Amino acid sequence: MTWIGWAQILAFSIVVLLVTKPIGIYITRVYDGSLHYLGRAERVIYRVCGIDPSENQHWLDYLIAMLLFSAVSMLATYAALRAQGHLPLDPQHLPGIVDRQAFETAASFTTNTNWQSYAGETTMSYLSQMMQLAFHNFASAAVGMCVAAALVRGIANRSAGRLGNFWTDLVRGVIYIFIPGAIVLALLFVQQGVLQNLKPYLTVGTIEGAKQVLAMGPVASQEAIKQLGTNGGGFFNANAAHPFENPTPWTNFLQMVAIFIVPAGATYWFGRAVRHQKHGWALWTAMFIMFIGGAAVTYRFEAAGNPMHAAEGVDVHAASGRMAQSGGNMEGKEVRFGIAASALYATVTTDASCGAVNAMNDSFTPLGGLVPIVNMQLGELIFGGVGAGLYGMLNMVILTVFIAGLMVGRTPEYLGKKIQSRELRMVMLYVLAAPIIVLGMTAIATVLPAGLAGRGNTGPHGLSEILYAFTSTFANNGSAFAGLTSSTYFYNTTLGIAMLLGRFVLIVPVLALAGFLSERKIIGESAGSFPVDTPLFVLLLIGVILIVGALTFFPVLSLGPIVEHFLMHAGRVF
Amino acid sequence: MIRRHLWPAISMTIVLMIVTGLAYPLVVTGIAQLLFPRQANGSLVTRDGRAIGSRLIGQQFSESRYFHSRPSAAGSGYDPLASGGTNRGPTDRKLADTMIAGAIDSVVARDGAHRGSIPADLVTSSASGLDPDISPASAAIQVARVARARNADSATVAAILAAHVQARQLWILGEPRVNVLSLNLALDSAFAHH
Amino acid sequence: MAATRRTLLDPTIARAAVVDAFRKLHPRHMVRNPVMFVVFIGSILTTVAVARDPANVGFNAQLAIWLWFTVLFANFAEAMAEGRGKAQADSLRRSRHETQARRLRNPANRDGIELVSAEDLRKGDAVLCLPGDVVPGDGEVIDGVASVDESAITGESAPVIRESGGDRSAVTGGTRVLSDYLVIRITANPGETFMDRMIALVEGASRQKTPNEIALTMLLSGLTIVFLMAVVTLAPFASYSGVSVSVPVLVALLVCLIPTTIGGLLSSIGIAGMDRLVQHNVIAMSGRSVEAAGDVDTLLLDKTGTITLGNRQAVELYPVSGVALEYLADRAQLASLPDETPEGRSIVVLAKERFGLRGRDVGPQLHMTFVPFSAATRMSGVDVPDGELRKGASDAVARYVTEAGGVMPRDIGDIVERIAREGGTPLVVTERNGASPRVLGAIYLKDIVKGGMKERFDRLRAMGIRTVMITGDNPLTAAAIAREAGVDDFLAEAKPEDKLELIRREQKGGRLVAMTGDGTNDAPALAQADVGVAMNTGTQAAREAGNMIDLDSNPTKLIEIVEIGKQLLMTRGSLTTFSIANDVAKYFAIIPAMFLATFPVLGALNIMRLHSPQSAILSAVIFNALIIVALIPLALRGVKYRPAAAALILRRNLLIYGAGGIILPFVGIKAIDMLLVLAKAVS
Repeated sequence: MTWIGWAQILAFSIVVLLVTKPIGIYITRVYDGSLHYLGRAERVIYRVCGIDPSENQHWLDYLIAMLLFSAVSMLATYAALRAQGHLPLDPQHLPGIVDRQAFETAASFTTNTNWQSYAGETTMSYLSQMMQLAFHNFASAAVGMCVAAALVRGIANRSAGRLGNFWTDLVRGVIYIFIPGAIVLALLFVQQGVLQNLKPYLTVGTIEGAKQVLAMGPVASQEAIKQLGTNGGGFFNANAAHPFENPTPWTNFLQMVAIFIVPAGATYWFGRAVRHQKHGWALWTAMFIMFIGGAAVTYRFEAAGNPMHAAEGVDVHAASGRMAQSGGNMEGKEVRFGIAASALYATVTTDASCGAVNAMNDSFTPLGGLVPIVNMQLGELIFGGVGAGLYGMLNMVILTVFIAGLMVGRTPEYLGKKIQSRELRMVMLYVLAAPIIVLGMTAIATVLPAGLAGRGNTGPHGLSEILYAFTSTFANNGSAFAGLTSSTYFYNTTLGIAMLLGRFVLIVPVLALAGFLSERKIIGESAGSFPVDTPLFVLLLIGVILIVGALTFFPVLSLGPIVEHFLMHAGRVF
Repeated sequence: MIRRHLWPAISMTIVLMIVTGLAYPLVVTGIAQLLFPRQANGSLVTRDGRAIGSRLIGQQFSESRYFHSRPSAAGSGYDPLASGGTNRGPTDRKLADTMIAGAIDSVVARDGAHRGSIPADLVTSSASGLDPDISPASAAIQVARVARARNADSATVAAILAAHVQARQLWILGEPRVNVLSLNLALDSAFAHH
Repeated sequence: MAATRRTLLDPTIARAAVVDAFRKLHPRHMVRNPVMFVVFIGSILTTVAVARDPANVGFNAQLAIWLWFTVLFANFAEAMAEGRGKAQADSLRRSRHETQARRLRNPANRDGIELVSAEDLRKGDAVLCLPGDVVPGDGEVIDGVASVDESAITGESAPVIRESGGDRSAVTGGTRVLSDYLVIRITANPGETFMDRMIALVEGASRQKTPNEIALTMLLSGLTIVFLMAVVTLAPFASYSGVSVSVPVLVALLVCLIPTTIGGLLSSIGIAGMDRLVQHNVIAMSGRSVEAAGDVDTLLLDKTGTITLGNRQAVELYPVSGVALEYLADRAQLASLPDETPEGRSIVVLAKERFGLRGRDVGPQLHMTFVPFSAATRMSGVDVPDGELRKGASDAVARYVTEAGGVMPRDIGDIVERIAREGGTPLVVTERNGASPRVLGAIYLKDIVKGGMKERFDRLRAMGIRTVMITGDNPLTAAAIAREAGVDDFLAEAKPEDKLELIRREQKGGRLVAMTGDGTNDAPALAQADVGVAMNTGTQAAREAGNMIDLDSNPTKLIEIVEIGKQLLMTRGSLTTFSIANDVAKYFAIIPAMFLATFPVLGALNIMRLHSPQSAILSAVIFNALIIVALIPLALRGVKYRPAAAALILRRNLLIYGAGGIILPFVGIKAIDMLLVLAKAVS
């Protein structure tokens, strides 16, 4: 570890801290309806789609609208991918995509997962990339924000189950947050070297006379929303490690900030909406502590490198000056990013449910790779996906308030609303889903030949690969231990299902919870109320998240990354 | 309730596909081509009026007179249509015993490097398989061999190398690095005039 | 009820509870508690494994024994709590015997007596009770006045007066008439009487899960499912890794991870909470109301009897100009001599102490006739041969004076107002020797705030509870007393409707309200309040309206009720936190032990340095079982409660039960492991 490495992490932290408030205020104004500068465009869209923007929907209405929109857009994408060969903007003449992969990809982008079992440069036409994948990058991000907005309103107001209007929330999220943000970001990327063209691939003769085909495409526009919407699906197979997606340390830094910017701002938005700004900052702090803890662990173990490689002659110590090199574990990492920016990126992308990668997580050291898995298993709430991070965190907050709230001698109440069995049932559904589905599906894959066949590594690392796949898809992250060959019938199907479950099985209880909470009357706060803005609360919240969220996975992790760590130090290979 | 939301769901999908899937990328493409045409089209490097690659995409070098890039898992090496890493884990037998051990052996044989002081990036595969850079240390241990192959003075080669070391961006971001393609082009042009 | 304080683990009750613990092993009972049901199933599986796996008989048998102990310990905890309740109920039941009643066919003239069994009485029947009779059922006095011994219910030996009409008309079955007679209209059928319900409540027969308990059970069930999944899937993961894990070991891991501590103690905590109320001589009509007590935000307290002593005392005399102070003292004393009320006595005493006026004998030698206080005149006094002496509220006296053609002196108004502003009650004294009465001055009667009230209200405030004093006094007086007593707010010149209105207003603001009451006109407010504590001496209507009854009829007890409610919730929360925090250590005990044979490198996770895989697993299971027993006293007694702000309470409890819950099992498991090694070495 070097001080410059830490300085990068610190600089990133400061920027995240600084953007939280302004973005939070902006998001607040988007969802309380007080921004109007694109009012004309909004009204046109509502008129075309036959929407009454003044309708205040009951949570069930809101839920059905959300589900229908997701279903329709997923079907449209499935159809478009299947028919790709017959559609325009396909200079490489890429054919239609096979059914299972089209299903999985449609599910993947609809659910904000963006898990990719295909290589973009050899599979997707420009039209598919733009009109299907980029569209979903916007839409799924905005849907996540919608659900968060509904929950925020349910907590903040007493409104008899009415949570706002899904369609206006969707449109406003897209046109006020994501499109303006993405345009700015995309241009910053292009300036640094990210592609943005519609040209056919370019064949060049290299210095040594070999032929090299340079893939082209509208990359920057996709890259921008992929980060801003915590989607993570790469234009190219190598994702953000590809120099055309992420050419410089500066774009790398911008990408990480773009991943955290909306989720971090969401904590401020929440604090403002519930008129308890210190509570918003308490959530931010809890997220930040878990983020920095994970980043430190990953950085430490990646910088230490692989002792077996060191024994063979690799110098794993970082050096500066004329003989500068990053040392550590450089397998699957890019020189321009080095160890610190790769470790940080892996942490950020799995804290938020982004899933973009600038290094190959599969080749991380065991404990360096453990952090991304645990980040996802905690429920993508360390800043988390856009919207999803906030509502995931709020679920854990309510659980914490319930467990510890009794300790102050009152019926647990959260921001003046009593938490009783109706609310808790929804929270438990949310909390239960991850261990049941992730552990269940991983267990099935480890006993079936079809599951074992996909592994790129054997031994404990093979178990980690399978676990990573189901964890990542259920968490709607999309990053991978990419050694796993997932373009098979078994994985395309099971992982596609895991994504759909991970998205919608969780959203249903969240919207129900929002509805129930909106029916509760608000009790005034007093000295007897459970404090939700103290350092103690932050610690407690982290404790509950770790114990309830992570300990469930401790047994399987101990057979995967943890045992692999000790075996690596013992010099065992598989 | 379902029927009430069906038309908005369908029409909203179409509208947003057009707005975010066509209008947005085309607007960005237009502005990008206007403001940053070189970058938007691949940061191409030309020699004698002919594109010989992209500054951002690494190339395979095997001749002694060139600085060599890192091992690549992209296709048969630096194939932009097969970007990616090895995805081999830390306890993978082939990675430890064959790939890295083999790369170390060849660096030792080729450049006379000492075991134990081999830069980590030089013997490991990058994430993209297209990494255009190597670390200054990885370049430095190749200087003597390149100079020998070009019948040149090591100091001259080292000077060209030193001029091609890119510092960190904004003082702290990333790592110091050397763009192999640019360096090799500079060598070719420097020694062609001699 | 004789509120006998039992030692926490009374031997008789404990013996019965041991038997009950086994009886509760019936699956129908076990299935009601999902957490313990899982342990129950696990115990059966492990027992089966003992027979089927000859290689590991010793280890599996030990595991099975401790798993069964886990179940039994939880059952024992519940049986203990129930046993304590039953013991209370039994002492109640003993006070009841077969009663004969005199039923009246014609209650109006106490005619048509027929002797029937109390069992045959129905609602609406009228009965006659003579001295020595046991009141045959709950009812309302419709005729007569008598002293009644209610010690069977309240434990209070002093008899109370019951009479028809007004707030003292309710009688309770099982009490005994000591003097005179009462005609009672029965208001409850046999089996539905107050006493019957009380016994049922205390016994826990009609116990239903409270909202918090339901939610908590859901949390515990959810956690159980999560850990069940973690353990069940461990089998395929282990086989992937080439590790063989036996069923008993998986069961051991599961039992250690699921929240058995709180799961095993949850019902006993609830029962014990009710029991603690009973020990304070309060009967709650439902567990729900006990929980609500913990949530209360606003306490409505009647001034008289709750905040101040029931009696006011004379503390000062203010003559009008032209009247000597000593003269006023003399007349005031004379006017109060025959007055036996505490106020009257205090006037006599004041005059004696301050002005050396000796009390004079009342009677014919002074030729005085006592004129008692009446609602019509709102004055009292004496008639002496040469005139009349009167004392009373200033407006009443003013009417008396002006009607008789007199005039109120100008400065009496100032005096009255000054006394009122200081929180006192002015009592104006007049003398009539001739034609028209003459006002002499005023007596300052002061409300005496009970000792320690200010501190109690401060504590309540720290807990976030607001106190509102309800009084019939005028706002000036009310404000002064409120200030002295340290309440947050007051409602002056309160009528019963105002009380109800205040409760509604508080509730609309999202606050939970508790109040006490005894009169029939309190009934609507008692019913509206979230916690309505009716005084046992109160009317039947009041007792029906409230959701708790204080057998001691002590309005101050509201504060204790709130504290008991809070303590109950705290105990649940603390043990839940403790239980969940325990898991960390158990993982570190069991996980390395399970995989050590295949992956010796995982010994690094054995941070407790436990002796062997078997001793590690066994130690964790034994710790898990013993901690339930160790916490039974805490569950029954409740966690230590000190009133403070929520933030402080949270910090303290989190330190003890959260941090303690993480650390203690590390120490405990290590200690048990060392003992196991020692025991093995010895044998």
